[in-house]
Amino acid sequence: MLYNIFIDPFVQMAQMPDLLVQTLWEGLVSGVLYALIALGFVLIFKASGVFNFAQGIMVVFSALTLVGFYEKFSAYGFSGHTAAFVALILTAGVMFVLAMLIERVVLRPLVNQPDIILFMATFGITYMLIGFGEMVFGGDPKQMIASELFLPSGSVDVEMLGGMVSFQKIDIAAAVIASVMIAGLALFFQKTRIGRALRAVADSHKAALSVGISLNQIWVIVWFAAGLVALVTGIMWGARSDVSFALEIVALKALPVLVLGGLTSVPGAIVGGLIIGIGEKLGEFYWGPLLGGGIESWFAYAIALLFLLYRPQGLFGDKIIERI
Amino acid sequence: MNAASETLLSVDGVSLSFGGVKAITDVSFDIRKGEIRAIIGPNGAGKTSMLNVVNGFYHPQHGRITYKGKTRPRMRPYQAASQGIARTFQNVALFRGMTTLDNIMVGRTLKMHRGLFWQMLRYGPAMREEIEHRRVVEDIIDFLQIESIRKTPVGKLPYGLQKRVELGRALAMEPELLLLDEPMAGMNIEEKEDMCRYILDLNKHFGTTIALIEHDMGVVMDLSDRVVVLEYGHKIADGTPEVVKADPKVIEAYLGVGH
Repeated sequence: MLYNIFIDPFVQMAQMPDLLVQTLWEGLVSGVLYALIALGFVLIFKASGVFNFAQGIMVVFSALTLVGFYEKFSAYGFSGHTAAFVALILTAGVMFVLAMLIERVVLRPLVNQPDIILFMATFGITYMLIGFGEMVFGGDPKQMIASELFLPSGSVDVEMLGGMVSFQKIDIAAAVIASVMIAGLALFFQKTRIGRALRAVADSHKAALSVGISLNQIWVIVWFAAGLVALVTGIMWGARSDVSFALEIVALKALPVLVLGGLTSVPGAIVGGLIIGIGEKLGEFYWGPLLGGGIESWFAYAIALLFLLYRPQGLFGDKIIERI
Repeated sequence: MNAASETLLSVDGVSLSFGGVKAITDVSFDIRKGEIRAIIGPNGAGKTSMLNVVNGFYHPQHGRITYKGKTRPRMRPYQAASQGIARTFQNVALFRGMTTLDNIMVGRTLKMHRGLFWQMLRYGPAMREEIEHRRVVEDIIDFLQIESIRKTPVGKLPYGLQKRVELGRALAMEPELLLLDEPMAGMNIEEKEDMCRYILDLNKHFGTTIALIEHDMGVVMDLSDRVVVLEYGHKIADGTPEVVKADPKVIEAYLGVGH
């Protein structure tokens, strides 16, 4: 038994390095996408101290809106690349309007309320968006307009290490786009005046107000940024599977990622995403058979649980400092 | 300061209530340019509410506030900030997870204008702007003698130092009117003396107008040019420390009837 757990998987890895590379690559791609979802959470958490439960549904909602716009255009005979990009811009506009609405209707009346109240409000937003989304777009899964947005399909097969490793082109694109997006957001947070203001708002509303930071403006910016992250995530996940409300479950994978990386850290979201992504693929492939398979769905949560026991602030999160 | 100097802020007949609770009733006073103005009164007299009205956290139901010659309608806190009103809080309100340096840097938010894109790249004018503001912040840090805690997250600091960092953040805004809500609460004598010195220096050398709430009467009488006394939301006295000290109503408010 011990042999099966501690020795055999590594022997397999060494014997078939091409399979190992394939597994690592798949883990890396889903890791990057997890990181992207987690980033949406981190953005809003940093700026308002609120865990935004609605991030998952925002991914679905933005993807559905994009496809919905495109379908409308197609119905009028306007299709192809131009139509797809017009739809993309319109969808970004919708996310902006959504951010403004959330600020106006939900956040503004709740200034200076305890975080748990705001957290509950994001549940409300979630169910509003589910209901509204189903009403407008229906509950059926839709096809993401990947090729219209110049996203590649097919795969590149590379011969290496005595075998064939196959890289899906869409995965390569997803990894690149997600990395660019993450780098941009990291710079935005660390280097800009607005980034500093965002962190300030997260720490204390009234202090931020007193130095002349407009909470309303900051919240619109943050929710819009989170909306854009959701849109990109939605396109990428949608292109790999379908666009449906089931995507929301995938978004929940961001929870263990955040526990691992720390709720307040952009690098944490990235590293956490990669660890979870690669960890669960390796776990599934090499250790899964020992437990009868299917460990991919809970492996991430098991890691998160361990972290909560020994390092509750995550790998990179702010140390919780409380003077007594 | 001299009595002839112009009025910076005047409060006319301001009343503020929360539901049925009257926090402030028909209070009028003014703050002259360059003076140190104290607001005193027993607990619950409406002093902090008064500051909150001045910097736009609360909106009074009645009365007018004229700042720099302009009577203003409902004003938001960030508008007050952009017109040069800075403040500190009774229970320190800092950005606990951020360092001293970053906390004070946030005070410069309104003074920074370069595009976000260039800031992200730390390029050209944006870089120069960052350096220029950083210099101002370092000067403030020198002034308040908090060099040793520049990179410490403020949540870790003892209370007295936190109050000092909070003052630094307010100074970073280069305010014309500085509102201090109990700047010396909970401090030991040494820390109080330091704080007094900073306040006097600010007032004398930089000409900052200061309105402060304080319970330590010795400090109030030493520092301030004029004192306004509130009790149960009403103004009961207004004038120089000597006048106020001798006012029978004030003595009664502090020591009780029949003294």
